Amino acid sequence: MSDHHHHHDHDHSELSETELRVRALETILTEKGYVEPAALDAIIEAYETRIGPHNGARVVAKAWSDPAFKKALLEDGSKAIGTLGHVSRVGDHLVVVENTPQRHNMVVCTLCSCYPWEMLGLPPVWYKAAPYRSRAVKDPRGVLADFGVQVAREIEIRVWDSTAETRFLVLPMRPDGTDGWSEEQLAGLVTRDSMIGTGFPKAPGAPS
Amino acid sequence: MNGVHDMGGMDGFGKVEPEPNEPVFHEEWESRVLAMVRAMGAAGAFNIDTSRFYRETIPPHVYLSSSYYTKWFLGLEEMLVEKGYLTREDVAAGHAVQPAKALKHGRLERDDVERIMVRGKFARPAPVPAKFRIGDRVRAKNIHPATHTRLPRYVRGHAGVVELNHGCHVFPDSAAMELGENPQWLYTVVFEGRDLWGADGDPTLKVSIDAFEPYLDPA
Repeated sequence: MSDHHHHHDHDHSELSETELRVRALETILTEKGYVEPAALDAIIEAYETRIGPHNGARVVAKAWSDPAFKKALLEDGSKAIGTLGHVSRVGDHLVVVENTPQRHNMVVCTLCSCYPWEMLGLPPVWYKAAPYRSRAVKDPRGVLADFGVQVAREIEIRVWDSTAETRFLVLPMRPDGTDGWSEEQLAGLVTRDSMIGTGFPKAPGAPS
Repeated sequence: MNGVHDMGGMDGFGKVEPEPNEPVFHEEWESRVLAMVRAMGAAGAFNIDTSRFYRETIPPHVYLSSSYYTKWFLGLEEMLVEKGYLTREDVAAGHAVQPAKALKHGRLERDDVERIMVRGKFARPAPVPAKFRIGDRVRAKNIHPATHTRLPRYVRGHAGVVELNHGCHVFPDSAAMELGENPQWLYTVVFEGRDLWGADGDPTLKVSIDAFEPYLDPA
């Protein structure tokens, strides 16, 4: 193994079997010339430092502030985000779905873990785990309750199961009491879960 | 395949447990697995559909008791062995003891990493016109392929409405088995919750999947 890994303080005997097998595999792939460890480091660094929900939050804040951008975003998410040079580049077929007073959207991947990485980073463990994948399509209100979230009974719940290479991002409703806020201020209210549909944006003045 | 990965609508898995301030990776090895999968995929050792199929073929008891990145690791190792990039001797030795096999696109280099941080393109020119239009009623076929498919069990046999047309895309059922891209029209099809889950289902629920045209019949 190379010397770039951060937490190496455990004794060899404490390494799990999986960890040992992973290390062995990287050794084999490196020796065979299939992977360059520095390229692996760069991939990891990108996900640890650059690609995360702050990208999606900037897009949402822009949509809340700029009606023309919002319209373009809902028509073709990938194309609209492509016009924002400062946000993470995004691949094809990102579909942005808008929450309204009549409809609450939630995104799941029942078959695996499809998720808009470029906008939200890597998915949290719960998104990839059986309880969410099994129940989101059948009992979404029960799932929301697990998050401490309630959606009024008369509001339609729309669940998007990501079964292909399309990706879905929820555009949550702009919180009340944010008139005149800058995009940067607004972005600070946008949570990861509000863009998956398992949460709401923070209220203005709520502790961050 | 009718595997345990196809979880939509299953009961008994308990509550969703969000983790406050969850780190990107919980263990360093998880990050190495993710990076190896991305790098070997970019090098052309396998496509995304094949990699999904190998995770789905992990035995059900192992699948259910393994963490996410453990499944990624198990799928990766098995796939690389079966595709001839690794041998069981290499794995047993923990070192490369057999010669390497050429990678279709060559090794992913440090300078190429930025390129793979944007999703690949799966849209393809349409070989034939679309069979369905937005607003059409369609029924998900009652099919049970033993190989990879992206038609979840919980919609099979049920009728829904075409809501979006995403154009023609690589067909995962073919690509996973390395039978070519076989592009197919892709639609968002929306189902009423009660059609899927019966009269006790949430009356305010609608569920959509993205369905390839071969999954659908007119309804």
